[in-house]
This record gives sequence, C-alpha cells and structure tokens, in this order.
Amino acid sequence: MRHIISILIENEAGALSRVSGLFSARAFNIESLTVAPTEDASLSRMTIVSTGSDDVIEQITKQLNKLIDVVKVVDLSEAAHIERELMLVKVRAAGKDREEMKRIADIFRGRIIDVTDSTYVIELTGNGSKLDAFLEAIDRALILETVRTGVSGIGRGDRILKV
Amino acid sequence: MQLTGAEIVIRCLQEEKVEYVFGYPGGSVLYIYDELFKQDKFKHVLVRHEQAAVHAADAYSRSSNKIGVCMVTSGPGVTNAVTGIATAYMDSVPMVIISGQVPTAYIGQDAFQECDTVGITRPCVKHNFLVKDVKDLALTLKKAFYIAKTGRPGPVLVDIPKDITNQKCDFEYPKTLSMRSYNPVVKGHGGQIKKAVQMLLEAKRPMIYAGGGVILSDAGDRLTKLAHTLGYPVTNTLMGLGGYPATDRQSLGMLGMHGTYEANMAMQNCDVLIAVGARFDDRVIGNPTHFGSVARKIIHIDIDPSSISKRVKVDVPIVGNLPDVLDELQKLLDASAGVPDPKALAAWWKQIDEWRAKKSLKYKQGKEIIMPQYVVEKLYEVTGGDAFVTSDVGQHQMWAAQYYKFDKPRRWINSGGLGTMGVGLPYAMGVRFANPKATVACITGEASIQMNIQELSTAKQFRLPIKIINLNNRYLGMVRQWQQMFHGNRYSESYVDALPDFVKLAESYGHVGMKIERPADVEPALREAFTKHKNDLVFMDFLTDQTANVYPMVAAGKGLSEMILAEEL
Repeated sequence: MRHIISILIENEAGALSRVSGLFSARAFNIESLTVAPTEDASLSRMTIVSTGSDDVIEQITKQLNKLIDVVKVVDLSEAAHIERELMLVKVRAAGKDREEMKRIADIFRGRIIDVTDSTYVIELTGNGSKLDAFLEAIDRALILETVRTGVSGIGRGDRILKV
Repeated sequence: MQLTGAEIVIRCLQEEKVEYVFGYPGGSVLYIYDELFKQDKFKHVLVRHEQAAVHAADAYSRSSNKIGVCMVTSGPGVTNAVTGIATAYMDSVPMVIISGQVPTAYIGQDAFQECDTVGITRPCVKHNFLVKDVKDLALTLKKAFYIAKTGRPGPVLVDIPKDITNQKCDFEYPKTLSMRSYNPVVKGHGGQIKKAVQMLLEAKRPMIYAGGGVILSDAGDRLTKLAHTLGYPVTNTLMGLGGYPATDRQSLGMLGMHGTYEANMAMQNCDVLIAVGARFDDRVIGNPTHFGSVARKIIHIDIDPSSISKRVKVDVPIVGNLPDVLDELQKLLDASAGVPDPKALAAWWKQIDEWRAKKSLKYKQGKEIIMPQYVVEKLYEVTGGDAFVTSDVGQHQMWAAQYYKFDKPRRWINSGGLGTMGVGLPYAMGVRFANPKATVACITGEASIQMNIQELSTAKQFRLPIKIINLNNRYLGMVRQWQQMFHGNRYSESYVDALPDFVKLAESYGHVGMKIERPADVEPALREAFTKHKNDLVFMDFLTDQTANVYPMVAAGKGLSEMILAEEL
C-alpha cells in the first residue's frame, strides 16, 4: 500500500543522505522524497512516499525513528490528511493548440506563468493523480518538458507534527 | 582557559575516564598524537594495522562493558578501520572512533589521504559526526560517548579535520546532555509486561531464548533468576553464550544453524517463547516460514523497536532496557498467585530429555588424528572453564561455541553478525587490556589467523600472554564443508597452501611456538602452555582432522527441526 511518511529531522549537513541511505541499504522503496527547512530553521521536514506491506512500512517508521537526528516520524496516511504536489509543464502552444491548451489548463485550475509565441509554462498543483490526469488530457506530442516536486503532506484538523 | 582542538580531544577522553586508546598515527592526527605524548592519564596501544585497533577496542568493550576507543588517521586509516567498525556495529558494541580528516579548506578537493569518512562509515555506525568548528568539539565528543553506550549500543565515529585540532577555544566539558532527537526508552510498558507474565504462566511447552542483548545490558543474573523461578528451559544464541550458565541443568546450549538438537527442537516445538535481547537472525531460526508453521505465542523484549517483528511477528512486544524489564517481570511473577502447570512442565522436560539423549555433539576421537572438538574440550578442562575465549570465524568458531561451556557473561568474544575473519588475535589483545589478569585464549584457524597475524608484534610489545589455539586443517573449513554438502565436493579455492611454519613464525616475533600432531599430546601441551608458559604468548599449532564437519547443521533455507546430524551421514 502507498504511505506518506512525514519526518522532522535536525537540519544538519548529511541529514538527507542518512535518510536516503537508510532506504537504499534496507531495500525500501521511495516513490518521492521532498525536503526543506521548517519555520524553525534548526529543523527540516521531509515527506516520503513509499509503497510496501504493513510490515515493511512498520520497519520503515521504526528504522527512521532509530536515526539519531530524526526528531519525529508520522505516517500521514494513517488518518485524514492532505497531499499536494506542484508540477510545471512546458507545452507547445501555437496555432489552434494555443487556445485549447489554455482551456484545459483552466479546467484543471492550472495557471499559465510563462508565455512565448509558441510555448506556455503551466503551473499545476494537486494530488498526484490530478497531475497525471492533466498530462493524459493534453496531446502528448505537445509536452516539451515536465518537472514535479514530489508530494508534500499535512494532517487534517488537530493532527500537528511539531516539536 | 583556551585549549587547542587536540588538547580538547585529550581532555575529553580523560573526562570520560578512558584507560586505553587503540590506534595508529598519521598526518591528520599529528596534533592529537602530540598532545597524547604529553599526558599520562591514559595509555595508547600502537597496533600494526588500523583494523586491529578497532577490533581490539571492540573486544575491550565486549569483555568489560567499558567503552572502547580507537584513533586513526584520514583516508586509508579510516578505510582500514571500516571492517572493524562494521563488525562492532553488527554486534551492537559501544565504541568511539576518532578519525583525522584533511583540513576543512581541503575537504572535497581530493586532497592527499582524503576520503568521505562520514559517507563511507554512515551505514555501519550508530551515528557519526564531522566537526566543523572547534567550539563544537567537546559537545560532539560528549554526545559520541553518550550515544555509543545508551539505548541499543553501537560504534560512534567523530571525524576531526586537522585545522580544527590546531585552533583554540574555551574548554569546558559538558556535565549533562539532552538531545531532543534521541531519547532511548528504558522502562518497558507495564500492561505488556503483565500480559507476558500471564502468558508465561499459562505455557505448556515454554522456552526462553536469550541473545546478545543479555550480555550487552549485563542482565545475565536477572535472566538466570527468572529462569530458575519458572523452571523453564533456556537456549542461548551465539552472541548470548554465557548470559545463562551453560552448565546449568536448564540450559539447552546454543541454538541455530549449528545449535544442539534439543535447543532447536524445543525452539521449534514450544508453545510460548520469550525472546530476551535476541533478534530471530537467519542463522538462528533458519527458514522463517518453516519456523512460523508451528503455532506459538511469542513475547519479545528488546531495547530496539526495529528488532521486534522484523523477521518474525510477535504477540507481546516489550520495548525497554532488559534489566529494567526483567526486574519488573520478576516482581510481577513473585507477586502472582499462579504457578506454571507442573504436569505440563514435567512432560515437556521429559520430551526435552529425550532430545538431549541424542547427544548431538558427540564425535569420535581416535588415536591418530586430532579432532578439533577434542582440542576445545581439553582447553575447557585445562582452563577450568574460566578463560576469556576469543575466536575467529568459521568451523573453529562453531566448535568453540559448542564445546566450551561458558558460565559467565563477557567471556566469549566473537564476531557473530558480520562474521569477520581475522578478529581473533586483536580481540584477545583487547580482552587482556580490559582484564589484565585474565587467562585469554584465542581459538582460530590457519586461514583466519593470517588475516591479522601482524598483531603478534603488538602482543610482543605489550607482553600479552595470549594462548593461540590454531585448529589447523589446511582448509577454509566452513567453505569446504558447504562445498562438500551443497556443491558436489568441488573444493573451489578452499584449500590453504604455502602455510608458514607457525612455530618458527611465533618464535621470530619472540613468542613460544608449539606444534601438536597427536591426540595424546593435546592435553599435555595445553597444560604446558597454561602453566610453564603462563606469562608468554604461546602459538599452539594443532594439526587437526581435515574432513571434520560441524554438526548438527540446519542447511540454509531449511527449518530448525530439519537438522543434519553427524550420525546420519
């Protein structure tokens, strides 16, 4: 099953490699990993999307907790949560495609943030499947470049991950 | 008062009451070695290869529960140390490794003797640090010692760039330490302990399975008391030997790939299993599916939550420090009105005694060729079972574990997890430094001993009267055994040729050498070594049976009850 694991970790050199090294050493799977400092600059927050059986996910959270620099670990997917991913897509937008591309971007609540005579850069946020759906909806031949941030997640309501 | 980084390192080691530092100098640690030269609060043991420094510090720790410390230079100093660090990590041994690093400004420039120490060692340490500011040095070393010995112990490495050791700052050794990201659990969960007591009392075919955690946490006495209160059988893992007295009636000996018949059968057929500081290793339970094919309830006590339900699902997990949890268990048990079902227990012991009657460790000692098992048995007799025994890795390691009956913890020192050949001699050195009056024997083979043979020189310099028991069968014995059993007798590269004359070799280092070729000479030779040559290092080269195999054996992928016994062949 797919899980979204959030980690608060001391913001020190090598923190990312401790986590990524753990995943590769123990043959755990990573679908995406995002990391950035929090409002408290001494802490970084990571979001890892992984798939595995309940046993594997249990080992992943235990092993993450075992890392000396890790302050807290939460499996967001255990309860109500929100996940978002940001995607930037550069598409060919010339001639009859130009209007069509704008229309589809609007439908997906995307924003066009860069324009040339022949291209658009579209910014899109949402969960992974929405971004996938957008790419499905447009003509594949018109996609010039895509970049996705990977998933960020946060618990709903009173679920708070903080020191 | 302003001190240089090098002075701070020395002062921190003194504050931690370090007695010995095992190490080897080099360019990046010159300032530290200069300060080391000027002090006399702790001693430095100069080894002949960095790997041996780490092994010696590791055994110093294993045999005493003090923290072993070693010091190496950057680059090759560190890479040579890696095998030692990984060995200690796999067996959860508390250690601090101080490594030199190229000056801060050179890091990343492919400087002379530079390597990414923190990167290379990351997967085989409990934690590591790169010190980037001399002001962080004292706190970092304090953290290193604290992390190494608390929770599930392990090696911690502190990498110190050369310029840091020559910069000055105010020094004060922190008295206390708190880390928001590291708070090891101590007490076990009360409700879980209660459940465990209930389960133990309801058992019909109970089994206590005790591992290296018992040794590491000094919980042997508590475990013994608990086992005696319950009257239940106890088996020890390779790492747990000595955690429960081997000569006690309730001891079934070692379990696992080369465990006794009774231990493995009882482990497989019990209905309630309590795992104490053990981790259901692949060499212990064999095939996990086969192990899981019998219904049983499992209680698992461990300080490391990630060891619980990793390979085998358990019913009652208890995370905590063993001595604390065992105290709590004992208290509840003593206060409980219930007692184990005497009828069921008697029937279970009757069954176990039938398994025991198989005498799965028997072997035949003829008049011509020395059997390796016989040498270990005689060593046990001659030393009164009271020696510290180190071993290397292979057949001799298993025979040592099977035939030397360890009654006390911290007497059996070997590389269980990583299985590192070459540890035996440096381990014996570390043991002797931690226990200056102890009898120390190193059971090894002609292949393993050559992996750190240079330490005969260190042993001479520090006058360490180690007795080396070389079980010389002219083969990589364990490899040969597997090739015989599973690879159609094709002995691919498992011969050991062009051996040195070990007697002359030992003598050339200034030690005593002995060659023993006949069974009748085994005991007299051992007596001579341990009495007449009490104060010498004696290298005893026993020419042993070339085809002897270790039995019983659970082949890889097989279940615990599917043992191959010596008699079946």
